[in-house]
Amino acid sequence: MANFFQDNPEIKFHLSHPLLKRIVELKERNYSDFGKYDYAPENFEDALDSYERVLDLAGDVTANIIAPNAEAVDAEGPHVENNRMVYASKTYENLDATIKAGLNGVTMPRRYGGLNFPMAIYSAINEMIACADTGFENIWSLQDCIETLYEFGDEDQRKRYVPRVCNGETMSMDLTEPDAGSDLQSVMLKATFDEENNCWRLNGCKRFITNGDSDIHLVLARSEDGTRDGRGLSMFIYDKRDGGVDVRRIENKLGIHGSPTCELVYKNAKAELCGSRKLGLIKYVMGLMNGARLGIAGQSTGTSQMAYNEALAYAKDRKQFGKAIIEFPAVYDMLATMKAKLDASRTLYYTTSRYVDMYKTLEDIERERKENGERLTAEEKAECKTFSRLADAFTPMAKGMTSEYANQIAYDGIQVHGGSGFMLEYACQRLYRDARILTIYEGTTQLQTVAAGRYITNGFYGQVIAEMLEAGQAPASVGSADWCAEEFLPLKERVAKMAEKYNAAVAYTNNQKNDEFKDLVIRHLYEMAGDCIMAILLIADASKAPELFGKSARVYARHAASEVEKHYDFVMSATAEDLADYRR
Amino acid sequence: MSLKIVVLAKQVPDTRNVGPDAMTAEGTVNRAALPAVFNPDDLNALEQALILKDKFPGSTITVITMGLPKASAIIREALFRGADKGYVITDRPLGGADTLATSYTLAQAIKKIGEVDIILGGRQAIDGDTAQVGPQIAEKLGLTQVTYAEEILSLDEATKKIVIKRHIDGGVETVEAQFPLVITVNGSAAPCRPANAKRIMAYKRAAIPEWNAQDIECDPKQIGKAGSPTNVKAVKNIVFKAKESRTLTGSDEDINGLIVELLDEKIIG
Repeated sequence: MANFFQDNPEIKFHLSHPLLKRIVELKERNYSDFGKYDYAPENFEDALDSYERVLDLAGDVTANIIAPNAEAVDAEGPHVENNRMVYASKTYENLDATIKAGLNGVTMPRRYGGLNFPMAIYSAINEMIACADTGFENIWSLQDCIETLYEFGDEDQRKRYVPRVCNGETMSMDLTEPDAGSDLQSVMLKATFDEENNCWRLNGCKRFITNGDSDIHLVLARSEDGTRDGRGLSMFIYDKRDGGVDVRRIENKLGIHGSPTCELVYKNAKAELCGSRKLGLIKYVMGLMNGARLGIAGQSTGTSQMAYNEALAYAKDRKQFGKAIIEFPAVYDMLATMKAKLDASRTLYYTTSRYVDMYKTLEDIERERKENGERLTAEEKAECKTFSRLADAFTPMAKGMTSEYANQIAYDGIQVHGGSGFMLEYACQRLYRDARILTIYEGTTQLQTVAAGRYITNGFYGQVIAEMLEAGQAPASVGSADWCAEEFLPLKERVAKMAEKYNAAVAYTNNQKNDEFKDLVIRHLYEMAGDCIMAILLIADASKAPELFGKSARVYARHAASEVEKHYDFVMSATAEDLADYRR
Repeated sequence: MSLKIVVLAKQVPDTRNVGPDAMTAEGTVNRAALPAVFNPDDLNALEQALILKDKFPGSTITVITMGLPKASAIIREALFRGADKGYVITDRPLGGADTLATSYTLAQAIKKIGEVDIILGGRQAIDGDTAQVGPQIAEKLGLTQVTYAEEILSLDEATKKIVIKRHIDGGVETVEAQFPLVITVNGSAAPCRPANAKRIMAYKRAAIPEWNAQDIECDPKQIGKAGSPTNVKAVKNIVFKAKESRTLTGSDEDINGLIVELLDEKIIG
């Protein structure tokens, strides 16, 4: 029987990363839940064994329940009935399966009913769900909004809401409005305090809200009268049980048909403040978005995996000129490059997940200690800062690069299918349509380059790449000097040369001292940094598991080197005078 | 109200995923080449038990299986999916049992469990395909039996009435019975829910208790080979070939001819 975990040893490989041990120790507070909860681990080995078993379960549910439903969900889609959203019928089956399998509240502490798994393990479930059905991943993964409520809500709110999410209630983040998409500072949904009933009231409209008829909403609204920017926005919790929000319509989309994109009307809807006033956008939505962006990296990786699977199976099966088309260099070149980009996406995705795990868990420990009048040690504080910065730099890199790769892989997936790929009978066309949104929502690739921009110009990525070349990992303390197996040393040398070109292109850009010029070439620099980072990560993976990643490391290094060369040439030959050619 | 439910389960070779080495040269099942799995129909039965437990909180589900000690794997799987406890009935003298001895042994185990409201089992196991064990248990325990069940439509505590939808040729039949009773569940019933993450972690190392023949007070003459009147004389590996096929019409002449031929061949009689 198919199993997306057992069938993809590349996923399991990422459980062997040395940083995971430290993450689990922190997450489990030295295994202090053992004995208190019958499902809490005794030690790292026990935890790892539990993760593998639960991932095996997720691999079964995704392969045998969610994936077989994907075509029907795509064909049916959700609809609106009496101002309520109704999912495609098979989506209910998917939800029922994930709830019964207990795959909710995955990262939440046990005291609220969660599994207390690290983000790195949640990430593995996430990519398998996306592999099964890109659209359903949205509905399932919106559970990670609870991270924001858990971090910034008060204890009473945690006690009321976190257990509900752990039991399978769904969430949404209501941010976008007709005139506030990428520019969330323009949000106008009005929040007013109702003195009589001692609660907040929401009035207005939200648009493009994924899973907008969820049970628990996090809503960005303008609480400060007379303000027009981000400082007047606060975050609210709206509980569907209280009523007051109608679904006006559902968007008719190119892809991810199973994921309902709703237009919502708030009619004096009762809501409660989450965290402090005025920090809605500045602090909480940024946290929410970073989580969502990592989620999209997983969604992209899963979608890429399925697009590759479909293309590979077709290429083995389809015969032309007396042999399977996979035997033709023009076809196996495409497949090898698809797989290399897939493996590169995955290694970047898990690396970022681990960074998020490290700093978020340390921050959580810090919150707990503060309640007892204690603090993080200086070492822990430094550790938290290191990983927080890495997570902040790697999240926009992971989101942008993996989603662009997912599109390239889905595109080539259709190409491998030839004329059949253009017909609606084959899954590759659905994957191609589904992939298209990945580079757009939760911040377009162009916005990811903005978020990553400061780490390019201030030299942080350059430092990270240097550290990774030295130790195979960043920070260097996580890796070791002998990280690169002898057979891959020539690849490492090649990446070192790529890094030199990247650094030269960054220096050249900074020397122009022209922000508009920088913004024009930033995408090129962003991709160069991504090429270098993913190449090193893949070489490190291949050094440990050459049978799994050796081919991909070599194919990717060649691909990345040519990409770096291309971008280098573009940047180094561009000048501020060229801007005029681009302006419209 | 809470119900006491027993689910009968069997670990079987996975005959649905047969590879080229599935049969030995002698024509018997090569068990080593086939993974051991939870008998599919028994999973349907377990789901019916779990649905009842959802509807009547506080109900308990006990799963029993007869087999080798390694059959504890399916008890564990049942625990992962929501059962409360389970026993493996395992003992050397129990080996070689036919359906009569098996049903006797399982009936003895049910007696040991005590008062039970509902006994659920799959319609049949994919290795033997007899569909006899469930009905025989009902006979031995003097209980009502409903076979080929697809869905339990309702259950009333006061009157002890249970309404069940049965799968029959060409349609469905709704029957009413009183519990305690034995229900055998068809493969067309709702599939079993997946295992649950927390339960997997909680029960992954739980000890699965074993009962031997003595524990369940078996009469040695009624168990294992001694209690099995069925003797397998020979097992033949029949390979149908296209050229051996014939097309018959629905005419009386063709049907009579077929009956005579089958009687002559001692295929029916």
